[in-house]
Amino acid sequence: MNIVVAMKQVPDLQQVRIRNREPVFTDVPLVLGNIDKNALEAAVAIKESGDANVIALSAGNEDVEDTIKEALAAGADEAFLVLDDKLNGAESGVVAQVLAAAVKKIDDVGLILFGEGSGDNYSGQVGSRVAELLGLPQVAYASALELKGDKALVTRSLEDCTEIVEVTLPAVVTVLSDINEARIPSVTQILKAGKKPKEVLELDEVGVKIPPAASVVTVSNLAPETERKRIVVKSVAELIQSLTTEGVIGR
Amino acid sequence: MATFMIYSSKEKQALELITAAKSVGAAAVKAVCINDEAQANALAAAGAEVLLINNDAISLADVAAVASALGQVAAQLGADTILLSSDRRGKEAAGRLAAILDAGCLTDISAIKANGDKIECQRNALGGATVATQYIASDKKIIAIRPKTFDAPGAGSGSVNAMTVDVKASAVKLIETKTRGGDSVDIEAAEALVVVGQGLNSKDDLPAVEALAKKLGGEVACSKPVATDKKWLSEERIVGLSGKKCKPELAIILGISGQVQFTVGIRDAKVIVAVNSDENATINGMADYILTADMHDVIKEMNSSL
Repeated sequence: MNIVVAMKQVPDLQQVRIRNREPVFTDVPLVLGNIDKNALEAAVAIKESGDANVIALSAGNEDVEDTIKEALAAGADEAFLVLDDKLNGAESGVVAQVLAAAVKKIDDVGLILFGEGSGDNYSGQVGSRVAELLGLPQVAYASALELKGDKALVTRSLEDCTEIVEVTLPAVVTVLSDINEARIPSVTQILKAGKKPKEVLELDEVGVKIPPAASVVTVSNLAPETERKRIVVKSVAELIQSLTTEGVIGR
Repeated sequence: MATFMIYSSKEKQALELITAAKSVGAAAVKAVCINDEAQANALAAAGAEVLLINNDAISLADVAAVASALGQVAAQLGADTILLSSDRRGKEAAGRLAAILDAGCLTDISAIKANGDKIECQRNALGGATVATQYIASDKKIIAIRPKTFDAPGAGSGSVNAMTVDVKASAVKLIETKTRGGDSVDIEAAEALVVVGQGLNSKDDLPAVEALAKKLGGEVACSKPVATDKKWLSEERIVGLSGKKCKPELAIILGISGQVQFTVGIRDAKVIVAVNSDENATINGMADYILTADMHDVIKEMNSSL
């Protein structure tokens, strides 16, 4: 059985700086989304306890070919990539179509895993969209995942409760970061990653056309203005006095 | 004029969506309820035209069925603007419904505003470092709005009508539901928050933190690792991108460096105090009062002074 893990290349958010309220992406390295790595770890854990082949799937610009090595080092057996510069910053609907078309080209897919949200946009739509496009059942927000024959037992963690659901494979599951701790690959694994098989397709080959008009338009994307006093106080006594003057303690 | 349809599995959030729709000019609000007559009546009493689906084949655990039902109702109503709650169930359904309707979709929306015929939406982007203002340009629009963004509407006179939909046999079976036990704290409602992070030495220091929160008339909250890695506090108390977004009058932030994934959850507080042993901690940049000291000493001294 193949387990497909959909992974997104994102800028390393820890290194994005804000200048004049605008995010600056110059020289920011590209990495795989953090929660995507938990999805990969969940797949690798299933592989290690049974029999499965883990395929890291990604759609994006040419840089993905390099970024995906991180996944191959962390346990993916092969990579399936749809690369086109037109996919740079592509919106959720388009990415979902590309991923769904790519999954159709892979045989014997039992499970398609996603992080619950991407590292940069975190809108959490793509997993659900792909499931619908492929006509597959889904369970999102998984905090535990276990295979049982042709079914998966998934714990879905909601705000006020958790549900244990049984879903018939093939299925789409999106995972929470709490599901596991993603491994950090060793140097040997990183060196071997470059030799693992990679299938690279172009956008035309999966038959997806990027629509001329965007369905979501961004008017602005700015850091919120923070006007804070930033008063350095020397002691707890001084702090308490200030907070009393503010009227926020001793009410 | 847009035709609005709303849906949430939760009554409180569905009520908020009625207010949301009206805030951007909806003359009439159509609301879908699935296997929940009580919610249907509550929404009708708030002025919504409710379409109630009673169908045992639809389980909320099977989002494919829920999205399919919503898609069928939207088609019958000619609804083009669909508001969902951006809780986990709502977000899971949003993407699926967007694929069914070929709709543009925005989730985690914290504010909406009509601008001409556009609905401008605000959401956190880049892990909370920025706030994006976006609108959906496609004919069909799905907007998932964060809970508590809007108040419940006043009374109105709506209606409840039955609606039938066809759903496929489910491939998702609910085995068990476990209610989150124990902690029912609502840190979003607290006037004051004492927020602890990884600077906290041990679980044994928590009673002193709780005592301080009590003296301030507030609650204890924490950064994500304190709850998910150390498990010293419940997940209900997490502040940040993957937790709660709080707007207390006073936030005392103790031993937290101030990564944006955390600060996004507290930056709307009226007064922010940062206590950190590192005078260059990022958190100091967003604080009104900065005290460079060991958080444990500060807790002890505040407890004896207040």
